[in-house]
Amino acid sequence: MTSVAEAPVARVERRLLDGELGLDAHLARHGRLPVLDGSQIIGMARDAGLTGRGGAGFPVWRKLSAVAAGGGAAVVVANGAEGEPASKKDRALLAYQPNLVLDGLQLVATATTAEGAHLYAPKAALPALRALLAARAAAGLDRRPVTLHAAPDAFVSGEESAVVSAINGRGAVPADKRIRVVQAGVGGAPTLVQNVETLAHLALIARYGAGWFLSAGTPDEPGTFLATISGAVRRPGVVEAGYGVPLGELIAAAGGATMHLQAVLIGGYHGGWVPADPALPVSRQTLQPYGASPGAGVIVALPAGACGLGETARITGYLAEQVAGQCGPCINGLPRMAATLADLAARRPRAGLAAEAERLARLVSGRGACHHPDGTARLVLSAMRIFEADVAAHLNGRCLAAEGQR
Amino acid sequence: MKLHVDWTACDGRGVCTELLEEVLVEDDWGFPVARDGQRSPTVPPPLEAAARQAVDRCPMLALKLRSR
Repeated sequence: MTSVAEAPVARVERRLLDGELGLDAHLARHGRLPVLDGSQIIGMARDAGLTGRGGAGFPVWRKLSAVAAGGGAAVVVANGAEGEPASKKDRALLAYQPNLVLDGLQLVATATTAEGAHLYAPKAALPALRALLAARAAAGLDRRPVTLHAAPDAFVSGEESAVVSAINGRGAVPADKRIRVVQAGVGGAPTLVQNVETLAHLALIARYGAGWFLSAGTPDEPGTFLATISGAVRRPGVVEAGYGVPLGELIAAAGGATMHLQAVLIGGYHGGWVPADPALPVSRQTLQPYGASPGAGVIVALPAGACGLGETARITGYLAEQVAGQCGPCINGLPRMAATLADLAARRPRAGLAAEAERLARLVSGRGACHHPDGTARLVLSAMRIFEADVAAHLNGRCLAAEGQR
Repeated sequence: MKLHVDWTACDGRGVCTELLEEVLVEDDWGFPVARDGQRSPTVPPPLEAAARQAVDRCPMLALKLRSR
């Protein structure tokens, strides 16, 4: 058992984002991938405790095992779609260290004995990736050719089943989950969809080992993660740190706060509001009491002068516009939830307004093909908790942020 | 047995909420909501026949019964 004193110190640390640009620099720094068989790769992912970095945090080795056990020709997909407006980390990774992503894609293809490998990313990222794939082919690097696909710029386009649907040529919208993509995805084959950052971590684990990976993060949540920090900070951008890093260190790595902060949104537009406590460790375990999680590493700092209800209403309005238009509870419930939040934010009180926001959030949860309603509900419920005093003030026609009381 | 709703197919016609009112109610817009609050609500054995009927009569083929 690891005591607190022996636990690795979580801090800002560059692993993925370190190093010079370009294939030559990549090979000089990391060398070619070691030759590993499928069970070695799955075992390594398990020993490292690697989890998905796209938001859900599912153990990678379990997904690899499920696809490998599916039998027949599997398909692997590197998911670089980043529909979340407050996230920039996947684009940054594809721009600065795409070779780690492509190495990782070959590793998961080997682990699942996949025949097809795909990379799904924003259109703007594709020309550089196409040139890089040609250079890697010339260097004899990639055993399996990689097909590139443009990810539409929409919030739900990176959801696992939406990715599969897009590659199958049916539009990037989520599908019903009665049959999982690990069973039947691209072309009906067992399919592994993994976030690009996850693949990049795997490429480093293959070279430096599970033990090295475990030396960052916490014993329960090992490794580093990429965080996109925005809002009231001096240098908004992408920072890398071990899980458990104190919130204040992440904010400091983004140049520090530009003014007093009252709250921080963690996990993105589907995430949760937490107090702006510099000592708060950013990990699944410590954020769980707030109904939040690190998710895909999105951190938005809310300054004291901004109204948390106003910001939540703006985001909820955006999420309501991003409904894919397939599932009744989401099509109807999200616009109603957004309108309720807008009334609350604009101080248009009516009887039961706050209770109505919470009722709608609970009503839509779990009732869609994807987690878009659940994520939106999570954001709204966390706002109602963290901004409880603001809700009370707004119902009385006042705003604490506008009055300088936050 | 558990009920699974394919939300991409469900049109809120209300057949299932009528045939299986012990398990499902209509929401504000006529779409089914599980009384037990579960994503895939449990169907007690005495209601399995009614659940099968609801599955068979769903005009959108949006309802499925599954063993887990």
